[in-house]
Amino acid sequence: MAQERLAAIAGIHEYPLRVAPGVSSMQIKAESMKRALDDAGLDWGDVDGLYDALDGEGGGGLGLAAYLGIKPRLLDTTQVGGSSYEFHASHALRDIAAGRCNVAVTTYGSTAASMRVPIGTGGMGRGGASWQQNMEAPYGGTLISNYAMVAHRHMHEYGTTTEQLAQISVATRKHAMRNPEAVKAMTDLQFVKVDEITVEDVLESRVIADPLHLLECCMISDGGGAAVFVSPEIARDIKKKPVWIIGAGEATKYRENGGDITTSAGAQSAPAAFGQAGVTPDEIDIAMIYDSFSITVAVMLEDLGFCAKGEVGQFIEDGHLAFDQPGLTLNTDGGGLSSNHPGMRGLFLLLESVRQLRGESTSQVDGASLAVAHGNGGLLGGTHTGGTVILAAD
Amino acid sequence: MANRPQPSFPEPDTQHFWDGCKAGELRYQTDPDSNVVFYPRGHSTVTGDRELSWNVSSGLGTVYTYSVVRQNRMPGFQELGAYAVAYIDLDEGFRMMSTIVGVDDPTQDIHIGQRVRVEFEEQSGEDSYPIPVFRPV
Repeated sequence: MAQERLAAIAGIHEYPLRVAPGVSSMQIKAESMKRALDDAGLDWGDVDGLYDALDGEGGGGLGLAAYLGIKPRLLDTTQVGGSSYEFHASHALRDIAAGRCNVAVTTYGSTAASMRVPIGTGGMGRGGASWQQNMEAPYGGTLISNYAMVAHRHMHEYGTTTEQLAQISVATRKHAMRNPEAVKAMTDLQFVKVDEITVEDVLESRVIADPLHLLECCMISDGGGAAVFVSPEIARDIKKKPVWIIGAGEATKYRENGGDITTSAGAQSAPAAFGQAGVTPDEIDIAMIYDSFSITVAVMLEDLGFCAKGEVGQFIEDGHLAFDQPGLTLNTDGGGLSSNHPGMRGLFLLLESVRQLRGESTSQVDGASLAVAHGNGGLLGGTHTGGTVILAAD
Repeated sequence: MANRPQPSFPEPDTQHFWDGCKAGELRYQTDPDSNVVFYPRGHSTVTGDRELSWNVSSGLGTVYTYSVVRQNRMPGFQELGAYAVAYIDLDEGFRMMSTIVGVDDPTQDIHIGQRVRVEFEEQSGEDSYPIPVFRPV
């Protein structure tokens, strides 16, 4: 199937600070939009489409356009947690191809670190009465324990080991140490050790929720950014080479009676994305996968089709993941584990994919031409979404 | 520990389940085609049918997966030592989140596939709902 080139990412910006006291989420969003437009060589007034994940103070689609001072002719407020930005890219592909907008922006801003939001260990179920909260809140499950339940089951069914999962943290940290913004992040957030780590370091870090250790969990940072989606006509005249969105897929999954917790929504979204793109997983150079936890990446590597279900442990042992190893390369910006995680990391998966396909990454893979960005929103062991986006170099 | 978080009402889908806990019954629903519906809802998740029946579970099940929480900043759990959160597959074919009690060391004494039985943990406070928890059998 021939690749169709119907929409592109023309400009990006990643907010550089992970600790940004005194700045609002809305300010991060607006500044990031301006800088992403500058990156593309486009103007504030060119924006005619706005995607938003309802983040920020008084924002949420309704308030964001007013804050920014723009009047888009397309507004999409899809909020599916950390995968919102993959859904936005998917919708931008659809909407731009249909002529509904020509220059669309998605923005993200969060001050989770400065506000001391305990995302992973804060407990859940304080959101008032609901059918689901009433059945789960009494047990004190945390976000981390939800993902940890997936890890336990994966280990039980397939013999996956903590040592294998730890390699994900090791490879990601290796990339982070090459990224000055990630190094500053770990320094500003007072990581005990701002250096490359070993499998032993991961195993010796404290257990947060069995079987997940501290160094298998993403950080909590401030941050944000923006991406500019454009039509092929606009893409011809931008400052840098466009990165094409050639396929996208969306899916949702949840706790089911008798369901398989080791398979995520990605098993549904990925085939749709690869099918639309007309490429196969073995053609992918860069995998930007939502690394909320080590287990998230492990499950996604299987569900995206890089190896069969249950075989990710062997896949990791075969020596993939790091940018200077052969085969698939993972999370070259340092990921949520070691660069930034303000709560919804999906945007950064798109941003680093673009950097790789432009040749701008701090852990650049020579000749990278195809990337997959896969976001996971919600709880891997409960209700969650998967958004898969396939990106191609110009 | 302090009282576990209580279910909040009004909440029409889960009221009858929690009334069951007060009666010492673990209740679940089935639709006219005998599909199990759980968590409780007003419709069948298979057919959309709204004519559901309530049933009482034997309370026997198997640990599908679990985690032992070492850190929770939520009041009521913050001061507690390590405790388990689990998905239990009940013999009637429904999966519920719960916890496993009655073990000396939750990091060592719980395993996937373990057989467990429900019990209803009384909570302090007038008119509070007992919480269904599971103990190894």
